[in-house]
Amino acid sequence: MNLLVKLSKVYKVYGSGEVSFQALKNININVKKGEFIAIIGGSGSGKSTLVNIIGLLDQPTSGSYDLDGQDSAHLRENTLAEIRNKKIGFVFQSFNLLSRTSALDNVAMPLIYAGVSVQDRRNRAKLALEKVGLGEKIDSRPNQLSGGEQQRVAIARALVNDPELILADEPTGNLDTKSGAEIMEIFDRLNRAGKTIIMITHEQLIAKHAKRIIRIKDGAIWKQ
Amino acid sequence: MNKFLASPVNTALTAIFANRMRSFLTVLGIVIGVTSVILLISLVTGLKTYITSQIEGLGSNLLFVIPGRIGGARSPGGVQANRLVYPDAVNLRTKLTDQAQVSAAIQRNATLKYGNKKDEGAAVFGVEANYPDIISLKITDGRFFRESESRSARKVAVVGTTVRDSLFGQGRIIGEQLDVAGSRYTVLGALGPRGSVFGIDFDNSIYIPFSTAQKQFGIDRLNTIYVSANSPENVKEVQTKAINILKKRLSEDEFTVQSQEQALSTISQITGVLTAALGGIATISLIVGGIGVMNIMLVSVTERTREIGLRKAVGAKPSDIRNQFLIEAMTLSGIGGIIGIILGILISFIIGRFFTTTVPIWSVALAFGFSMLVGVIFGVAPAIRASRLNPIQALRYE
Repeated sequence: MNLLVKLSKVYKVYGSGEVSFQALKNININVKKGEFIAIIGGSGSGKSTLVNIIGLLDQPTSGSYDLDGQDSAHLRENTLAEIRNKKIGFVFQSFNLLSRTSALDNVAMPLIYAGVSVQDRRNRAKLALEKVGLGEKIDSRPNQLSGGEQQRVAIARALVNDPELILADEPTGNLDTKSGAEIMEIFDRLNRAGKTIIMITHEQLIAKHAKRIIRIKDGAIWKQ
Repeated sequence: MNKFLASPVNTALTAIFANRMRSFLTVLGIVIGVTSVILLISLVTGLKTYITSQIEGLGSNLLFVIPGRIGGARSPGGVQANRLVYPDAVNLRTKLTDQAQVSAAIQRNATLKYGNKKDEGAAVFGVEANYPDIISLKITDGRFFRESESRSARKVAVVGTTVRDSLFGQGRIIGEQLDVAGSRYTVLGALGPRGSVFGIDFDNSIYIPFSTAQKQFGIDRLNTIYVSANSPENVKEVQTKAINILKKRLSEDEFTVQSQEQALSTISQITGVLTAALGGIATISLIVGGIGVMNIMLVSVTERTREIGLRKAVGAKPSDIRNQFLIEAMTLSGIGGIIGIILGILISFIIGRFFTTTVPIWSVALAFGFSMLVGVIFGVAPAIRASRLNPIQALRYE
């Protein structure tokens, strides 16, 4: 069984009683290792809630979520942090790089929390930057890089601890078409090399890079 | 630096240098606190060192017999009539003849005149011929008066340095005629600088024979009887004997025999209270500085909400975030502490050219330790707030 992500009957409810709001209803998703999945939906569809749950930043109200065979319910905050560190690489729409910090240090950051030594951190971060074609810009700061380059730094940061899963939330949302295409090329290449990718987007064209598309609407899977 | 420390301290320094002006103003509070702790302690310690050296300069063999009672639970209130007279000094000298030297002393303030120059604040000491030996006065010019001159109440005087400078300047002094409260005295010699002890300025003084002073001022009550034991080992014994001798004529409330050791312990008590009081005031300013650190750390946590969210998403535990901000607060206050120490030592060094100042190592350690402690205490609340931020909301924060 090579299931990396297994969501069964996941519900997410915000608030309670009269004012309660069902953000997710009966979500069932299975993602095998090596897959490239796009989750597509409009704003308010619940896709952000879904990505938070898959990224172990939030817990479902009911239902179960197994990541790499491990049930995520009832885990302590420190354990969740460790799992996020080792198994999930996040790529955000707004890059979320630390300003005033070099590309190298931005990429190396997750390794601090993995307890990697300073020298190893540098080496691995440099390697990750080379993988996304930024081997020449390791000392540049985010404000010296273009949007596309910043997102590539963010992808290098997601890759640096060699996670099972890359979780990308609207990775091309803040980029022009050309840079967006370059980013998608990197994702394609990573997937060919065996990385599992879950990408959230609202753009049909971007979603086409994925092998499988899951559409959600009003918190429920509409078409799989 | 090890791997667990290197990153947080670097991160902290990056954050501190990113907002130079703000960090500078925050650190200033700590700097002022630490500087004042070091400065005030150095002043009080310097004062203590100065007084102690002055007292020790008198010789550890010295005992003072003074009228009235100092210390003790039965210390009477109000001013007591002085009953100490010259026969008490004679009595002590006779009975302690093999063990100690004794000199009676009276003191008055008088106006001194020489030519057209005047010195109005000078003290006139009426003492005996052995007085320079007892309190180790150094004669730099001429000589002190002899016992015969003392007994026959000759009008001769020896002048202290301040009096010499103000009246005679560089001019000749030996054999000159000095007017003391209307009588003419022949100057025999001059003394080297001696400083002051217990508010007695030995330099702005002149010394005349005891019996001459009695006649001139018409007094028979003594200010002090100086008793100098022949060796340090028998100071205690001499003190006990002196008390017993005086008790035969006087009641216990009418005199005190104080040793140098007792005088030193009194000074020690006074400066101890001073250190605590002034150090306490300086500590308050350090605490105010700490509140500044807390304020700026709270601002910093709010400003860096997204950063905190990101760090948590990529695997930072709450304790990692807490430590990061705690180390930042400690780095801020530590930098303030180091600058404060340098500034405090520097200012104390400059003041040291006018007053005696001493910077004890313990005060540096205390000030630095306390500034770090302030960093921890006032850094904890912002750090815990940062560690508890919800990563989802933090990442969405604009």
